[in-house]
Amino acid sequence: MLIHCPFCGARPSEEFAVLGDAGPKRPEAPGDDTGSDPEAWYDYVYLRDNPRGVHREFWQHVGGCRAWLVVERDTATHEVRSVELARKATAGREAS
Amino acid sequence: MRYGWHSIVRQALGGLSAVAPAWRNPEPKPAYDAVIVGGGGHGLATAYYLAKEHGLANVAVLEKGYLGSGNIGRNTTIVRSNYLLDGNVQFYEKSMQLWEGLEQDFNFNAMVSQRGVLNLYHSDAQRDAYARRGTAMRLHGIDAELLNRDQVRALVPFLDFHNARFPIHGGLLQRRGGTVRHDAVAWGYARGADSRGVDIIQNCEITGISIEQGRVTGVETSRGRIACGKLGLATAGNSSRTAAMAGLKLPIESHVLQAFVSEAIKPYIDQVVTYGAGHFYVSQSDKGGLVFGGDIDGYNSYAQRGNLPIVEHVVEAGVAMMPGVSRLRLLRSWGGIMDMSMDGSPIIDKTAVEGLYLNCGWCYGGFKATPASGWCFAHTIARDEPHALNAKFRLDRFRSGRVIDERGGGARPNVH
Ligand SMILES: Cc1cc2nc3c(=O)[nH]c(=O)nc-3n(C[C@H](O)[C@H](O)[C@H](O)COP(=O)(O)OP(=O)(O)OC[C@H]3O[C@@H](n4cnc5c(N)ncnc54)[C@H](O)[C@@H]3O)c2cc1C
Ligand SMILES: [Zn+2]
Repeated sequence: MLIHCPFCGARPSEEFAVLGDAGPKRPEAPGDDTGSDPEAWYDYVYLRDNPRGVHREFWQHVGGCRAWLVVERDTATHEVRSVELARKATAGREAS
Repeated sequence: MRYGWHSIVRQALGGLSAVAPAWRNPEPKPAYDAVIVGGGGHGLATAYYLAKEHGLANVAVLEKGYLGSGNIGRNTTIVRSNYLLDGNVQFYEKSMQLWEGLEQDFNFNAMVSQRGVLNLYHSDAQRDAYARRGTAMRLHGIDAELLNRDQVRALVPFLDFHNARFPIHGGLLQRRGGTVRHDAVAWGYARGADSRGVDIIQNCEITGISIEQGRVTGVETSRGRIACGKLGLATAGNSSRTAAMAGLKLPIESHVLQAFVSEAIKPYIDQVVTYGAGHFYVSQSDKGGLVFGGDIDGYNSYAQRGNLPIVEHVVEAGVAMMPGVSRLRLLRSWGGIMDMSMDGSPIIDKTAVEGLYLNCGWCYGGFKATPASGWCFAHTIARDEPHALNAKFRLDRFRSGRVIDERGGGARPNVH
């Protein structure tokens, strides 16, 4: 698998560390609306869609520029569809 | 037909016409009392014990490919019961005991070989952890021996004991552990289930689950609709997808694990040996090939094949442990899809949908579990409640915080 780092270009996957699914959204801190809902935490910590097909996931270019990335990859073929900086990809998530 | 010396003689004299297929290849019936999805080890064992222990024979096993095409035919065949945590200890020991009697029980040669499983340790801390684990095992009546370096050397003299970075100080040995011929396990259970009336239906993929008023009523399949009163999912690797057909979201991710076999050499490694400094485990097959594996690739995958970085990583660990194999050639490598659960332990349970049962989350250790998994799942389905042996493998343990995390890795499926 090659991953196109926005800073370093196409690099082999072994230069990267994978964190996993970029989908789950962390509930707010306890006390806030969603933060005190145990179901929201259960969902965030444990439950995954685990699709066969396109999957958005966090990777870090640890053997390069160390940027955190969101990689869109097909779990059935390992094809990498797109790569964005995690900062950009997750910006505005709170607002949504 | 009962297999034994008399059947060998009869078949030898009778020629090919005396050789009967080991199981039928029936058309699906419109309805069954119970349907098991997944013709891997766990699904077939479940059907076998449903028929044998619970007298339920109007049962079908639906397999989307051919029998044994999944992980049951792809694993590195290691069996052991060297667990630490409550729940796991008892369950895996039950499995070990079932392995010990399995071939007589289902009248099939599964080549159960209790050649011993030796886990190496490389530091004082690791020795202490193994001492603790071995003690926990012995408190449960399971065999475990903590060996020092000389004792290990007597068993496996060719290891790199003085490796500069990871010297070998000793190991934890479970002599009752070993290997079992994986395909034969699938075939033996299939034959045993079939001869008790279970229909094994291959090339039959389920594509939907019908639920009416909170109750399972049947499945949609590539070979038409099949009605059933009870439905057990044993679809390792694809559990999230089959459970989603019933609206369930699971604490599971699918990951690829690779395995390897080398060219055949003379008898070299008598036991299963695992390297404690990297993830590496090896045994030698009766044909002479070294069969080995290591870590999962680490990213979500349904591809049944991995990538080269892990090949290099596994081979490096192997050569660090036993430098003598460095010039061996690899014959083959392959991959299988693991249900990696959020705590590294499995789920055998009922669900909120009446008549729907789950068997999943086996990670890369589910082969050794095959007999006990089938045995417990059959009990859970037949009695509509878990057996004491799988009572801790509940789906709601994640919600309630009662996780069983042997590795202490937390909710990261790719580190278990
Ligand atoms: C490389 C590798 C090495 C391993 N090494 C070991 C080891 O040394 N020791 C150990 O204990 N464990 C090991 N394992 C793990 C072990 O193989 C699995 O945990 C275990 O086999 C899973 O249970 P199973 O046999 O029922 O799975 P499978 O054989 O995968 O059965 C599941 C079946 O479900 C079918 N299926 C899926 N979706 C559908 C559908 N929609 N409709 C119909 N059928 C469907 C699949 O086709 C498959 O045949 C290893 C696994 C791999 C891949
Ligand atoms: Zn980079």
